[in-house]
Amino acid sequence: MAIQEIALTTSRAPGISLVDRLHGLVVTVDHKKLGLMYIGTALVFLVVAGLMAVAIRLQLAVPNNTLLEPEVFNRFFTMHGTAMVFLVGMPIIAGLGNYLVPLMIGTRDMAFPRLNAFGYWMFVFGALLLYFSYLGAPGLNGHGSAPDVGWFAYAPLTGRAFSRGHSTDYWILSLLLTSVGSTVSAINVIVTALTMRCRGLTLMRMPLFVWMMLVTNFMILLALPSLSAAQLMLLVDRYLGGHFFDTQSGGSAVLWQHFFWIFGHPEVYILIIPGFACMSEIVPVFSRKPIFGYPIMVGATTMIAIISFGVWAHHMFAVGMTSVGNTFFAISTMLVGVPTGIKIFNWLGTMYGGKIRLEVPMIFCLGFLFQFLIAGLTGVMLAVVPFNWQLTDSYFVVAHFHYVLIGGLLYALFAGFYYWYPKAFGRLLNRKLGLCHFWLFTIGFHLTFDTMHFSGLLGMPRRIFTYDPGRGWETLNLIGSVGAIFQAVGVLFLAINILRSLRHGQRAGNDPWDAWTLEWATTSPPPVYNFETAPVVRSRRPLWDVKHPEDPDWKYEESEN
Amino acid sequence: MINEALLHPNVATTEWKLPSSRKVAIVCLILTETCLFSIFVVAYLFYLGKSLTGPTPREVLELPVLSTICLLSSSITIVLAERAFKNERDRLFKFLWLLTIVLAAIFLSMTAREWHTLIYERGLTISTNLFGTTFYSLVGLHASHVIVGLCLLLLVFIFSLTGSLTQMHRERIQMISWYWHFVDAVWVVVFTVVYVIGR
Repeated sequence: MAIQEIALTTSRAPGISLVDRLHGLVVTVDHKKLGLMYIGTALVFLVVAGLMAVAIRLQLAVPNNTLLEPEVFNRFFTMHGTAMVFLVGMPIIAGLGNYLVPLMIGTRDMAFPRLNAFGYWMFVFGALLLYFSYLGAPGLNGHGSAPDVGWFAYAPLTGRAFSRGHSTDYWILSLLLTSVGSTVSAINVIVTALTMRCRGLTLMRMPLFVWMMLVTNFMILLALPSLSAAQLMLLVDRYLGGHFFDTQSGGSAVLWQHFFWIFGHPEVYILIIPGFACMSEIVPVFSRKPIFGYPIMVGATTMIAIISFGVWAHHMFAVGMTSVGNTFFAISTMLVGVPTGIKIFNWLGTMYGGKIRLEVPMIFCLGFLFQFLIAGLTGVMLAVVPFNWQLTDSYFVVAHFHYVLIGGLLYALFAGFYYWYPKAFGRLLNRKLGLCHFWLFTIGFHLTFDTMHFSGLLGMPRRIFTYDPGRGWETLNLIGSVGAIFQAVGVLFLAINILRSLRHGQRAGNDPWDAWTLEWATTSPPPVYNFETAPVVRSRRPLWDVKHPEDPDWKYEESEN
Repeated sequence: MINEALLHPNVATTEWKLPSSRKVAIVCLILTETCLFSIFVVAYLFYLGKSLTGPTPREVLELPVLSTICLLSSSITIVLAERAFKNERDRLFKFLWLLTIVLAAIFLSMTAREWHTLIYERGLTISTNLFGTTFYSLVGLHASHVIVGLCLLLLVFIFSLTGSLTQMHRERIQMISWYWHFVDAVWVVVFTVVYVIGR
C-alpha cells in the first residue's frame, strides 16, 4: 500500500498556494496532468462553441428572426465549426490518448514528455489566437472580425478581395499552430505505443483503445499536412500576391476544395476512431465478456483508416466532377460502411449473451450504438450521387454529420468520461446526475437533429441566417431550437457532476468497474510514476489473469496461436 | 497489491526488445513532411502550363547541375562522417562534417543566386504568374528545410569543437543524417518535377 500513501501525501499536501499550483501546471511534463489539461481546456471550448450553437438555434427558431445580424451569424457558424473540430474534438482525443496510453501499456510516461508539453501549449496558443480574432482581426476601415468563411473556408471567399481585414489570417495562423501541436502529440503517442510497451505486451495483446489511438494518430500525420499546405498556399495568396486559388490568374478554387477535403475527410475518421476506442474498452467491461473478434476489430480499424484517404471528393459531388470521379468516390464511400458495420456487429457480439450492467458509461455506449447506426445509414444515403446532388449543402447534411459527431463521437467520449473519471480523480461521478445528463441530452439531441433531416429534405439550405414563413420549415426549426436548450441543460448537469464529484463523489478505489486493462492496476489517481514496478503481461486482459488465476486468458490465447 | 501479482516470473525471463524511440519518431516526422511536400508537388504539377502570362519555365529556368551535385554528395559525406564518429576518429569526423556544411551552404547560395537572377533579370516573382507562385513555394519550402538542416549540422559542429559531443550522442547524429537524406531525396523529386518534367 506504499503507493497509495505517497500519492495521497503529494496531492493533499497542505500549504501549496494557488500560484504554486498554477506554476506546477505551466511547467509540468507529466502525461496525466497534460492529459487532463487537454481535456479541461477542450471542455471550456466545448461550452463556448456550444453556446454559439445555441445562439444559432435561437436565431433560427422562428422565421425572419432578428436576434443575430447576418454577419454575426456567419462568424458564429464558422467559429462553432472550427472550434468544435480543432479546439474540442482534437484536444479531447489528444488528452485521452495522453492520459490513458502510457497507463494501458504499463509505462511511466510518454516517450517525449517535454514535446508533449510543447504540443499542449501550441494548442492553447492557437486556440486563444482563434478567439482573439474578435479583437485583433479588424483591419483598415474596420473590416474583419472573427473568421466568417465557414470551417472549410472555400476559395474565393478567402481571397483578399472578399475577405478584408485579418479574419481569414487568424483562421489560418491559429489552425497552423494547433496543427503543429496535434502533429507532435501524434508522433508522441505513436512512438509511445510502439516503443514503450511493458514486457509481454505484444502488438496483438494491446488494448483496442491503444490500437485505435495508434491508427488515429497515424492518420493525423498523413492528413493534417494537406490542410497545413493548403493554408500556407492561402497565406502566399493573401500576403505575397500568389495565385494558387485566384481564378482570375488561372488558379483553381476547386483545388482548395480537394486539398481541404483530402485533410477533411480523414479528419472525420480521426475524430470518430477514438470514439470507437472508448466503445471497445467500455462495452466489454459492462457486458462482462472479452471483446468479440479482437483481431477483426484491429483489421477493421486499419481498413477504415486506409479507405478514408480515398473518399474525400464525396464532399464535392455538386462541384461538377467527371462521372468516373463521381462513381469512384461513391463506391469508395460505400466501402467504408463495410468495416464500420463489422465494428457495430462486434460490439453487439460482445454484448450478446453477456451480463450487461447498465451503469452510466454503458448507457452512453448504447446511445452511441443506435445513433451511430443511423448516422452511418444517412452517410450511405449521401454517398449515392443523385441523392447527394439533391441534398447537398442542405440541413440533411448538417443532420448527418452532427449525428456522427454528437450522436456518435460525443456519446462515446461522455461514456469515456464517466468510465475513467474515477481513475483520474479517485471518485465516481454521481449516477443520478449522470442519468439526468443522459436523458436530457438524448431528448435534446433527437429533438434537434432528427428534425433537421426533414427540414433538409424539405429544401432548407445550411448556413442561411433566416427564412421566410410558409415553406413548412417553421415547426421543425422551432422543435430543433427547443432541443438545443435541452442539450445545453444536459451538459450543465455534466459540468455540475464533474465539479461536485471532485469533493463529494463516492470514493472509487483502484478498480471500481472490475475491469481488465492495466490502468486499473494502479491507484486512483495514479502516482506520478504510474507503476511501482513495471508490470508483465501474458494476455489481452492482464487483470483478468490476476483476478482469476485458476482460469487465465493466456491459456486460451496461447493455444490459439 | 495487484501490481505485484502482475509480475509473471516465467515471462519476465524471455527477451523483450522494442524499437528505438528516436528512430520511430524521426520516421514519423519524415512521413508527415513527405505528405506536406506531396501536396506542394501536386499543386505544381496541376498548374503546369496553366499560367495566363509569361515567363514560362522553359524561358527562364536553367538546370541547377552544380548545386544538385553539391547537395547529393553531402549525403555521402554525412554517411562517411557518421562512420568516422562511430570509429571514434574525431578529426576525420570534424572534417567530413564541416565538408557537409560547406556543401549545404554552396547549395543554398546557388539557390539564392538563381532566385536573384530570376527576380532581377528575368522578371519572375512569386506574384508574376502561376508558375512563379508554385515555383517559389515548392523550391522555397525545400530550401527552408535545407536551412533547418544546416542549423542542426552547425549545432553539432559547434558541440564537437567544444568537446561536448560524446559517443552517447551517436544515435542523435544518426537521426540528423536521416533527416538530411530525406531533404536530399525531396530535392531529387523537386529537381525532376521542376527542372526536368516542368521545363
